[in-house]
Amino acid sequence: MTVAVSASRPVLIAALRDLWADATPMQRFAVGLGVSLALLAMATPLIAPFDPNAQSLLSRLRPPIGFDRAKPDYLLGTDELGRDMLSRCLYGLRLTLTLAALGSVIGLLFGGSLGVVAGVVGGRTDTVIMAAVDTQIAVPFTLIAIFLLTLLGHSITVMVFVLALYGWENYARILRGETRKLMRMPFIEAARAAGATPARIARRHLLPNLMSPIVVQFTLSFSNIILLESTLSFLGLGVQPPTATLGAMVGAGRDYMPTQPWIVIAPAVLILIVTFAVQTLGDWMRDRADVRLRPR
Amino acid sequence: MARYAATTLLRMFMTFFVIITMVFFATRLSGNPIDFVIGQGITQEDRVLLTKYYGLDGSLWTQYLSFLRAFTDGQFGLSFLERRPVIDIVAERIWPSTQLLLTSIALTILVSIPAGILAAIYRRGWIGSTVMTVAFLGYAVPNFVLATFMVLVFSYVLNWLPVVGNGTALHFIMPTITLSAALIAALTRFTRNAMLDVLGQDYMRTARAKGLPERLVILKHGLRNASITVLSVLGLQVAALAAAGSVVVESIFAWPGIGDMLVRAALTRDYPVLQFGVLTVAIAVIAINTLVDLAYAWADPRLRQAGRV
Repeated sequence: MTVAVSASRPVLIAALRDLWADATPMQRFAVGLGVSLALLAMATPLIAPFDPNAQSLLSRLRPPIGFDRAKPDYLLGTDELGRDMLSRCLYGLRLTLTLAALGSVIGLLFGGSLGVVAGVVGGRTDTVIMAAVDTQIAVPFTLIAIFLLTLLGHSITVMVFVLALYGWENYARILRGETRKLMRMPFIEAARAAGATPARIARRHLLPNLMSPIVVQFTLSFSNIILLESTLSFLGLGVQPPTATLGAMVGAGRDYMPTQPWIVIAPAVLILIVTFAVQTLGDWMRDRADVRLRPR
Repeated sequence: MARYAATTLLRMFMTFFVIITMVFFATRLSGNPIDFVIGQGITQEDRVLLTKYYGLDGSLWTQYLSFLRAFTDGQFGLSFLERRPVIDIVAERIWPSTQLLLTSIALTILVSIPAGILAAIYRRGWIGSTVMTVAFLGYAVPNFVLATFMVLVFSYVLNWLPVVGNGTALHFIMPTITLSAALIAALTRFTRNAMLDVLGQDYMRTARAKGLPERLVILKHGLRNASITVLSVLGLQVAALAAAGSVVVESIFAWPGIGDMLVRAALTRDYPVLQFGVLTVAIAVIAINTLVDLAYAWADPRLRQAGRV
């Protein structure tokens, strides 16, 4: 058993090397972009020049460096309360990525476990879990999100809960299918014949084989969750002011768009960069998973 | 076919029931139902009257029954802000939403079917890669960012297009483009892939071999066969994508539709409007998807005859 587990690490590295080898330049660029954004978000408290919520009414609505009336301290200018746009963008990026990461991981753990349980146990448990999955797929998630956020309040905890709820059904559906397929394989039967408990089979034999669909689905779901979070925050339904998230900054800055467009442009461009990186990665994973889309 | 239709419809009603039940328990378990259903700023007499009407003094079970009763007598409650039946408020917002949806679907079909066909035929040339890049951008750019930049350029800098409302034909341009962007991206990809599948088939070679002009081969033999896949995807995706998109688009452009209403109700905590709006849209989406499913089964002779598993 230990052999199989320790063997999985080199296998993973080899798989990653394979992945990198047949990536297009655009996909490599997106990987680099994604890594830099993640590093930027992690280092935010060290590199942000100002407190993102510190107001300075004497330097309100200053444009970015290079324009009239700009102040050299504020690289990207200031907003209507004199808060530094660069610091807010960095903290916004950090919060957006953190929320999305938490949401994706919780969604993966919750939906993934349900999917594996449905696949292993089968029978009535399977029927109930899949009925819940079908119900959630049937309803557009934006509706569920708006409804729950209004009902439960706009705190960060509720936001993470809502984001986690988005996408669990995909993990459940996909992992159930994979699990059912694997359960019919001879090596599982051999493990069972050797007296392995269901928990051990799930951990040692199923999980390593489920890694690749999990990675694909995680990438896809991460990009969807980022989009959902920015959209909800943009509409004013996400994390409440003064906390900065990228979507909320675009939403709140709209009032100043005719005269002080940088308040909107800076976070909007950052959102574009983030979604470009995550969508490219998500797309890449989907194409690899879908045999029909392989290059012909 | 009849059995398939019956099980599909039965499943649809089951889903309705589950959603209605979940909405009920979500609202009742998260706070005081009297605040939730009746709201603030109302006289004591009316409050007693409404409490009795909705059965809010009873147990959870009687409340649930009176909640379900709304589906027979249409009394879904009053808006906190406007103090008139939510069913009226939703009703007057259906048509603007439908208008926007129809123009968006029209634009989507006009753009993405030709684009998808071209991308499939010239998949190795620059046309194919350009189309797929644009489709990717339409998918990767969040619609609110697209809308924000369009407003910035076309309304504030160039001063060409109006931002708010649905008064004239000019008002349709930006909302339609924003709502269609994601749909166009999705449908272009599906059209391309469906066409690629079809282009590799033997009957395409036969059609060419018997000397038909290429245009006829592509349109008659290719597109017709691909259209089944394309239409089913359009039908199944459009309702959900449009419901999600219209919330954002309508709220940005203050379009007087259901999406705008939902966001306003959420921001002002007008629970009865929000609850009924969410139920209406959810039920509409599920009903449309069921209809598409049935139409698809009916259109496919194999399913029509076999009665499907």
